[in-house]
Amino acid sequence: MRIKLPIALGLATCLVVAAFGPAQGADKVKIGFVTTLTTGAGVIGRDMKDAVDLAVEHIGGKMAGIDVEVRYEDDGFKPETGKQKADKLVKADDVDFVAGFIWSHVLLASRKSVLDAGKFLISSNAGPSQLAGKLCHENFFSTSWQNDQTPMAMGEVLNRKGVKKLYVMAPNYAAGKNMVAGVERTFTGEVVGKDMTKWGKDAQLDFSAELAKARASGADGIFVFYPGRAGPAFIKQYEQAGLVNEIPLYTVFTVDSISLPLLQKAGLKGVLGSLMTQFWVPDLDVPQNHEFVSAFREKHGRYPSFYAAQSYDTIFFIKSAVEAVNGDLEDMDGLRAAMAAADYPSVRGPYTYGNNHFPIQNFYLREVVEDADGNWTTRTVETVYTAHQDSYASECKM
Amino acid sequence: MDATLVLTQLLNGLQLGVLLFLLAAGLTLVFGIMDCVNLAHGSLYMAGAFVCATVTLATGSFLLGILAALPAAFAIGVVVEVLVIRHLYQRDHLDQVLATFGLILVFDTLVHLIWGPEGLSFPLPPILNGQVTLPGGVVFPIYRLLIIAAGLSVALAMWVVIARTRTGMLVRAGASNPRLVNALGVNIQALFTLVFGTGAALAGLAGLLIAPITEASIGMGNEILIVAFVVIIIGGIGSVRGAFVAALIVGLIDTLGRSFLDGAMKLVLSNQAAETAAPAVSAMLIYILMAAILYFRPQGLFPPRVR
Repeated sequence: MRIKLPIALGLATCLVVAAFGPAQGADKVKIGFVTTLTTGAGVIGRDMKDAVDLAVEHIGGKMAGIDVEVRYEDDGFKPETGKQKADKLVKADDVDFVAGFIWSHVLLASRKSVLDAGKFLISSNAGPSQLAGKLCHENFFSTSWQNDQTPMAMGEVLNRKGVKKLYVMAPNYAAGKNMVAGVERTFTGEVVGKDMTKWGKDAQLDFSAELAKARASGADGIFVFYPGRAGPAFIKQYEQAGLVNEIPLYTVFTVDSISLPLLQKAGLKGVLGSLMTQFWVPDLDVPQNHEFVSAFREKHGRYPSFYAAQSYDTIFFIKSAVEAVNGDLEDMDGLRAAMAAADYPSVRGPYTYGNNHFPIQNFYLREVVEDADGNWTTRTVETVYTAHQDSYASECKM
Repeated sequence: MDATLVLTQLLNGLQLGVLLFLLAAGLTLVFGIMDCVNLAHGSLYMAGAFVCATVTLATGSFLLGILAALPAAFAIGVVVEVLVIRHLYQRDHLDQVLATFGLILVFDTLVHLIWGPEGLSFPLPPILNGQVTLPGGVVFPIYRLLIIAAGLSVALAMWVVIARTRTGMLVRAGASNPRLVNALGVNIQALFTLVFGTGAALAGLAGLLIAPITEASIGMGNEILIVAFVVIIIGGIGSVRGAFVAALIVGLIDTLGRSFLDGAMKLVLSNQAAETAAPAVSAMLIYILMAAILYFRPQGLFPPRVR
């Protein structure tokens, strides 16, 4: 018995240290990053992960002198898995920030877990209308856009191009509905047909029936939102159906640096010259953007996608906040105030935050072109919106 | 709703149907004859697509891609049968589901390691990339017509082999009483391997046919496999004829639902409600049909006469 007492005391001391020890002065900035690493959408997750890794490398792995640790979690393209991973990140791993999220329905499912645990939630892509409006939260920030904004800019472009009858196609989930609502809000012509197709792990990728309807509708423009691998599949079938010369194609989040190499390999020239709107373009003349795009291309041999751009921004965004509070991660108010100031070098150039913590930023018209080395990429045509704020901000009581 | 559009959609439905038949034929044979649930059937579909895409991209010839992918899918099927499936025939269905689910993970990871996560996309030869104008003013992609022709030819060939040849007779006999067939001096094990390999080649054919329309991607088979199971349940497990009829029914219902349901629902619902409800309901239609079949005719439309 006598020998056991010191051991017990020692153990007790350890427990006390473990429980109260690391409260002061964080030894690490822990960032949980939820994205899709498996399924056909895994290629998007890879682009985001590559960008985050590059950003961590560019900041020397430190924020305010504290080591940065990023934990990646795979949502498997499913809201319920995303929520489980978010729960794990805030409970078991006790991370300080949960970022990432490609899909609006995954973000909506995970939101409560993160915010109820008193952590910061940062969307590096998804921008569902709910989070911009009624469900806005002081600890939520977006480094991307609200879903409706990009198609709203496209609606303006369609008006300027003189499109009168529009056929609309999008996947049937939270973001798809926002995209359609966005283009319908600004497009002044007639929407002659609309298809919301099955989405998720078993998403519909064969659009034969929809394309036949589009042809029969007499539309003079077709607007689609097909992120990830559905994009190249749609464009192939659009070309195979012989619609390239019949109904011009206008897209959002469909033709990107992930799909273009695939389309180029498949020789689908129909996509060259097609128009899309976006908040960022690889050729945007911003010093931070030059550095990001050239370093990414050098390291991975391909252009970064907008997913990558937003993810790269996420790390610099968090860094600006951590440095503003000198690494004191307990100072939630300080962190929040610093984040709301958006005082960091974004690849899109400076922007500000609205009351709902979504960016107020420019939107550009992009065109698919061949670059000097023969790679297919996009270039800026013009600025459609300057300092544009989303339409849900007024519903946010904050 | 004009006649041209209806005709086009019927052709689209037929095309989806024959594609489902190619996948379901192998599944129903393996399930019906060997009493083995093979969840990994979709992986063979994926293998066909990836091998075809790789060879087509390397040689520039889609024909070479097809000629390489079919034997490759057959060979992969044989290897899988000898290494894994053969040991599962005597086990219960849960063991089979577990083992073949494991196979799916193995195949998906292998594809990830070999080809990366981004999938493969390849062009059709220019001659197949166009459209034809059919009687009635229907403009239809040539390639989709080719899929219909290929599927119908395979269906005919399978009918001839199963109904008219000695091998077909052995397959039918093996399904009805494997031990007796074995006792009569027929190598039933080799027969099962042949059937499994053929099913794999058919799944590979379906995969390589769809790849130029969508792409070769990880997990592509898992998505369509569920629909293939619906097909064999509706058609009657073990029946190739049932699989054929059910595949066409499912293909047509799915396509026509996607085409005309929203219009039909707008007659009775508000525009907004119809737009929201139609895609959800059209995605459910084939499952509703399956549930109805299971209730009124649990053995399926064309159950095999044996058993």
